[in-house]
Amino acid sequence: MSTVDTLRFTTAGSVDDGKSTLIGRLLYDTKSILEDQLLSIENTTARRGGKGVDLSLLTDGLTAEREQGITIDVAYRYFATLKRRFIIADTPGHEQYTRNMVTGASTADLSLILVDASKGLQTQSRRHAIIASLLGIAHVVVVVNKIDLVNYSQEVFDRIRRDFIAFARTLNFARVDFIPASALEGDMVVDRGERLNWYQGPTLLELLEATRAAESAAGDFRFPVQLVARSKFGAKSEFRGYMGRIESGRVSVGDRIAVLPSGLEATVLDIVTLDGSLKTASAPQSVTLLLDTQIDVSRGDLFAHVEDLPTVTNQITANLSWMSSQPLDASFAKPGRYLIKHTTQTVRVVLEGIDFRLDVNSLERETGVASFKLNDIGRVRLKTLRPLMVDAYVGKFGANRATGSFILIDDVTNQTVAAGMILGEVGND
Amino acid sequence: MNAVLKQQDQYASFGTRISDVPVNNHLGWLESEAIHIMREVVAEAKNPALLFSGGKDSIVMLILAEKAFRPDRFPFPLLHIDTEHNFPEVIAFRDERAAALGEKLIVRSVQDSINTGRVVLRREDESRNVHQTVTLLDSIREFEFDALFGGARRDEEKARAKERILSHRDEFGQWDPKNQRPELWDLYNARLHKGEHFRAFPISNWTELDVWQYIAREKLAVPSIYYAHERLVVDRRGLLAPITELTPPRAGETPVLRTVRFRTVGDITCTCPVLSDAATVEEILLETAVTRVTERGATRMDDQTSDASMELRKKAGYF
Repeated sequence: MSTVDTLRFTTAGSVDDGKSTLIGRLLYDTKSILEDQLLSIENTTARRGGKGVDLSLLTDGLTAEREQGITIDVAYRYFATLKRRFIIADTPGHEQYTRNMVTGASTADLSLILVDASKGLQTQSRRHAIIASLLGIAHVVVVVNKIDLVNYSQEVFDRIRRDFIAFARTLNFARVDFIPASALEGDMVVDRGERLNWYQGPTLLELLEATRAAESAAGDFRFPVQLVARSKFGAKSEFRGYMGRIESGRVSVGDRIAVLPSGLEATVLDIVTLDGSLKTASAPQSVTLLLDTQIDVSRGDLFAHVEDLPTVTNQITANLSWMSSQPLDASFAKPGRYLIKHTTQTVRVVLEGIDFRLDVNSLERETGVASFKLNDIGRVRLKTLRPLMVDAYVGKFGANRATGSFILIDDVTNQTVAAGMILGEVGND
Repeated sequence: MNAVLKQQDQYASFGTRISDVPVNNHLGWLESEAIHIMREVVAEAKNPALLFSGGKDSIVMLILAEKAFRPDRFPFPLLHIDTEHNFPEVIAFRDERAAALGEKLIVRSVQDSINTGRVVLRREDESRNVHQTVTLLDSIREFEFDALFGGARRDEEKARAKERILSHRDEFGQWDPKNQRPELWDLYNARLHKGEHFRAFPISNWTELDVWQYIAREKLAVPSIYYAHERLVVDRRGLLAPITELTPPRAGETPVLRTVRFRTVGDITCTCPVLSDAATVEEILLETAVTRVTERGATRMDDQTSDASMELRKKAGYF
């Protein structure tokens, strides 16, 4: 989760809808591409029989991607303007890469959804919007790209806009913006160009610069303990230090906190950093907390204000994105095979049941399914061996990403097999 | 094209103001993220180490380790893989810094790997850069390290842009870019089978400019060769190759004295300085904000052999 002056956004799209060209245009027109990169791209463009600079080549990473002209994995790209700094999670948009879209969206504040103006709203853009919504992204920008192919037509733009609004009504977006653009010709990405005069809104870059990023200091205080420092802090040798990052909210010296899951209470005595003690600290600061009483605290415990506690439960309902080529099967209903990593604790987990599989193209719920395969998303009930301290992933202050998310790990292969967004306690969701 | 002239153009710092440097309020977030990653890895790994070369990125890693773990000692030793073809200023800085921190520094030498026959050079003057991989992997086996902190950044290179913050290595130390574990939110999967290890990159999300802004904010010392100084160089394939005992001029080359600084410090045989008058951190910040050439593109011969040099080295177990 970012601070206000860094915006993290995700983009997804296939080879054809101009995603690589759009990112290339954003980087090129903000002068974020340097001369040696440009020279290398010019050479490659020429070698492939093209002319000038093929902006889509800027986002190539691995040899296999260059050979096959596809994107395999999430790539992170960085650029800055005088106003702000940006991190793009650039993910491939093919159907089989839902897992990469989920990964990219997990750390994003905003999602760029590409629609090819010459084709209208396609399945892929809908899938991307649904995934953005599931991952708690409140703000999406629909870029109606390739508007040059339809003669910069306002009617086409308006139709796609209407289609998207009709479709997105059931999704949880706080804000949706629409921008007509030609990434290839450079219209309305960084520069306005002269062919879209009927459009009065901001360019894509202006919009990205003005967007408010998620404010993680809002919300209830959540502090998962990462490590316990056993050294002496100053003269107060009887106290231990609890190291962690404030995931949401703020904490001050003198605050009354509960240590979960035990529920024992204590008062914050000091907030220690290398640069000195603090009176108050807020998300996303990493600090060391001292408490006024000796209580048993270890990694995996969570501190919260006594008046704003998370749910402590070992039975959760969650949306699950399956990410392994090995399907979720009956072995998951038996204890032993799978681990859940949630905040700073890793515990055994079993599947209590699959409620439904979600068709990420149509939002239809398919019930009676016994298994998830790679790229499937659906709702499940899980039971954990030890209690978790959870908040709903999508909460009143936006996404509670730290206490609402988890991954599942296969104890045999050590692979990360799934990612989950918590809806709530079973029976209470 | 006259490459030296082109390099002179790469900095338009004349007339640049500090207001032209992008905002730096995000440094607190980057710092906190890095501390969080370091603590997660220390909590989950059995035997980590931190790679420290004396270069600017690893200098930032050291202060982040202090912020994460002081007043305790670091819960890991420092490790340097020394080609013995390093700039003496950097090695002196490395030793001073480790001593000042009171932390344990382990140095393993590529020369020792050559002496014992683990590394075989095809030519006496061949760059030792790629051979660090052998010494590195031998050190990991020797000490049974299961996690190595590195200062690599995703903005450095296109293969690195695809790498996880916690990056898995198989028992041969290899990276498999097409089969990486998905990495979501801040939930790092640190589980390993015997003989495997992780590379952990807490400053993955930092850029070159962030590193210099942080060095300025924290008032960190860096080796003198990062600042402008006079040095004998020759123009070689568009790069300024430093002339040293290890890297003498070739037949037909005439060394010239230039005011230069290093943007990266690595093995002498493959690291080049750039023309620069920047003598302070502030001047370096201005230069970095307006540079038109990437950090590695301006300075590294080892990345220029092909489009995939870094990817190939990384797959084999390189940093």
